[in-house]
Parts: sequence; C-alpha cells; structure tokens
Amino acid sequence: MTPGLALFYGGMVRRKNLLATIMMSFAIIGMVSVLWVLYGYSLSFGPDKSGIIGGLDWLGLKSVGQDPSFVYATTVPHLAFMIFQATFAIITVALITGAVVERIRFSALLAFSALWFTLVYCPVAHWVWGSGGWLAKLGALDFAGGTVVHINAGVSALALALVLGPRRGFKEREPTEPNSIPMVVIGAALLWFGWFGFNAGSALTSGGLASSAFVATNISAASAALTWMILSGVSRRPSLLGAATGAVVGLVAITPAAGFVQPLTGIPIGAIASVLSYQVMTWRNKANRVDESLDVFACHGIGGIWGALATGIFATVIVNSSGADGVIYGNGIQVLRQLISVAAIGGYSFGISWGLAKILKATIGLRVNATEETVGLDISQHGERAYGGMLR
Amino acid sequence: MKLIEAIVRQEKLDAVKTALEDGGYFGMTVSAVSGRGRQGGLTLQWRVGEYKVDLLPKIKVEVVVLDEDVARVLNVITTAARTGEMGDGKLFVLPVENAVRVRTGEEGDNAI
Repeated sequence: MTPGLALFYGGMVRRKNLLATIMMSFAIIGMVSVLWVLYGYSLSFGPDKSGIIGGLDWLGLKSVGQDPSFVYATTVPHLAFMIFQATFAIITVALITGAVVERIRFSALLAFSALWFTLVYCPVAHWVWGSGGWLAKLGALDFAGGTVVHINAGVSALALALVLGPRRGFKEREPTEPNSIPMVVIGAALLWFGWFGFNAGSALTSGGLASSAFVATNISAASAALTWMILSGVSRRPSLLGAATGAVVGLVAITPAAGFVQPLTGIPIGAIASVLSYQVMTWRNKANRVDESLDVFACHGIGGIWGALATGIFATVIVNSSGADGVIYGNGIQVLRQLISVAAIGGYSFGISWGLAKILKATIGLRVNATEETVGLDISQHGERAYGGMLR
Repeated sequence: MKLIEAIVRQEKLDAVKTALEDGGYFGMTVSAVSGRGRQGGLTLQWRVGEYKVDLLPKIKVEVVVLDEDVARVLNVITTAARTGEMGDGKLFVLPVENAVRVRTGEEGDNAI
C-alpha cells in the first residue's frame, strides 16, 4: 500500500519535488520496517503495562515465531500477525508526509518519523489493539485503523505542517500544478486494492467476516468516489483527481467500520465522508492560512473521525459477534465510546507531534533553505531528477 | 534575409507546414513554446478550488527567407494559421546577418 501512497502523493506535487515525495514514503517503508521488528511490535502488542504501552518482552521478535500467539490472531502464525501489523505502522507514518512535501528537509523528516513512530504510533496502537489497552477495554471499536492509522496521522500531519510553515509562494497563491494526475490515479488504485488486505485481513481469518469487510470496503470507496465526482461536477467539472481523492476518503471512513457494519452501510458512510472531507478542504483552501499541502487532515483526519463515529452509529452484532451494537440498533453508549477514543487519540497525537516538531525545529531545523526549495527537493535533497535527458 | 518567427496554434502546425511546402518553402525549425496574448488563460481545478494557467501551449515556426519573399510568406502563414478567434498567434520579422549551410559551407542567400 505504501508504494501506492508514494505515487498518490508524488503525482500531486510539482515536477521538481516528485522524487523527494516518493522517497519520503519509500524511506519510511525501510525505516519503520526495521524499527517495528526491533522494538515497535513489542511496544505495541507486547504484554500490557497498565493499559498504556506494551512491555519489552518481544524485543527483536523474541518469542514471536511460527506458532500462533495465544492472544492475537490465534489461528495464524504469530509472525504473520506481526508482519501484517507492520504494514499499518508503515503507512501511518508515511501518510503524514503529505502535509509537509516540497519544503521539509529529508533528515528532519526521518528524525520526526522515527520519534513519532516510537512515541505516538506504538502507544496508540497499544491503546486500541493491544491486549489490555485502555481504549480496547473501554469498548471503543476500530476494525482496521480508523483511529490508530487515520485520525492519528491526520492530526499529526496538521501539527507538523503548522510548526513547519507554508511553502514559498503559498500566501500569494502561487499555483502548484500536479505533475501527473495519471500517477495519482495509479497510486489511488494501488491503495484501493491494498485496502482489501487491510480491512478484510483485519478479520484475521478467511471467512464470512472477511468477505463482509471486503464488500463494505469496496462499496464505501466506490460511493465516495462517485460523490466527489458529483461534487466537483456541480461546482465545475467532474474531476478525476477529485474522484481518486474521494475513493481514498471512502476507504479511510470505512476502515474502522468494515467488520462491524452491514456491507450496504458502506454507501452512506462513503458518501458522507466525501461531503465532509470536500467541505473541510474547501474551507482550508478559501482561508489559505495553513499549508497542509496534500490535505492529510481533511482526508484522513476528517474521514477517520467520521468513520469512528459511523461505527458507533451503524455497528451491529449480527455482522460481528465480538463487536457491539450502534445507535440505530439501540445502543447509544457506543457513540460515546467512539467519541472518547477520537478525542483521546486526536488530543494525544496532536500534542506530541506539535512538541516533537517544535523540538526538532529548535535543534536540527525542519526546513530546507530558500535556494534548495526553489531548485526543488529532488536535486537539493537527493541529487537526482525525475525526468533527465530532455535533449537526447 | 529575414527570419520569420510565427507563433501559431498547436492544431494549425500541419496547415502551416503544408501551405509553406506548397509555396516552395521547405526549411523550418519548429518548437513547442508557451506564452500568452490577449486571449487570457485557462482555469483548471485542483481537488477543490481552481487555479489559473495563463501561459498556454503554442507552436513556434521559424523560417528564414529572402527579403523579397517576406510579404508572400507572411501571407501564406497568416492564411493557413487563421481561425478568426483570439489566440491565433503572431508573426515577427527579424533581420538576419548571415546564414551558412553546414554541409557545403555556402553562405548568404545561397545557404537558405
């Protein structure tokens, strides 16, 4: 999925920053993969410490082997569950990069990512999915990462972008034309496909529940893509970039709900996600105050919050007996549980991300200099360019 | 010798080329350029909102001709490139000091 995200983001930036944008996601695939097996998996899923964090018992994959775990996914090898969870950690960190493209220094991004992974992702994953995590015990539902992945990444992206500051020319509304919308669409298609693994896979077995989540996921993405296409069509012309964005927003929103709601519920969940995300993006664009460049918050933050609440509205034990009933099945308290998890994770991630960004800004610095930014990050950060040899 | 620089619509390149060929003028240099004139720009859309692109893609045709042919060539190009709408382009005539044919070393009028 994360290489898909690299293309999704890469296509939307200017040509001079295409490689740097792809590189952010690609480097994070490498770095978080390594950190995950060294200590991340243990911090997130290791034996519980007061509901806050996992212990260090599984450091370096100690006691994580070919036999199933006694606690998680008890029908598949523990290693399979571990590497499945790695993909969530990787994409969550990579999602944040969309907010800071075209001006962040590569080394600063890596430093932020490593710290953020350790101090934000691992604890939050433990709260929600770890055995004994406090939000899990509270009964907050998150099937495949609406809070852990999307709200988490969305609010952190906003915090990092606020501290980092806008790109040059942002205030003057200098146009930043996407270098390749086809690349964005290839990225969205890879994400859409990969999301089946995320959401259906979160059933942790191949059976009825996995199929139900699979169908809900596709329906929500489709409904959201259609909705965005209509919204852009009403305001101007049916936009392909908009439809691709809508599909991703629909995938985000169904993520926490996929295995708890009736598949057809994907239609309203996706459609409403598109409307909300479109509206927030429009406000940000009109206000022109915050350069959260590729709208990670509007897509993942808003989509994730709506998805978390929608789970509290539409969930039913008919679909998943280990889930809960939502509001429309007579269980009003579930929305409250969802709200608590949204507020706790939103507040914690935003606060820690803001603090980390401030510390890095004051120490190693976050931005490239003006010349490096003007030349573009491909050449200034990586010494490469996307399209060379124009004359031969 | 004069250099005629013709900025024309992309879709008129073939018409201009054929018209010049019919008039006996084979040599030309063609490049893709962007620019603006009175026609204004295009409004494109992002995920939400719009942005203006006011430099539009055009084709530049460069032809070097003898002084006495200038009026005729200008007429040939204008006729071939015209649609009557804004954005049809513009022609410029510039003096040329000298010309050399690389293969033979011929200079001046003989070289074009």
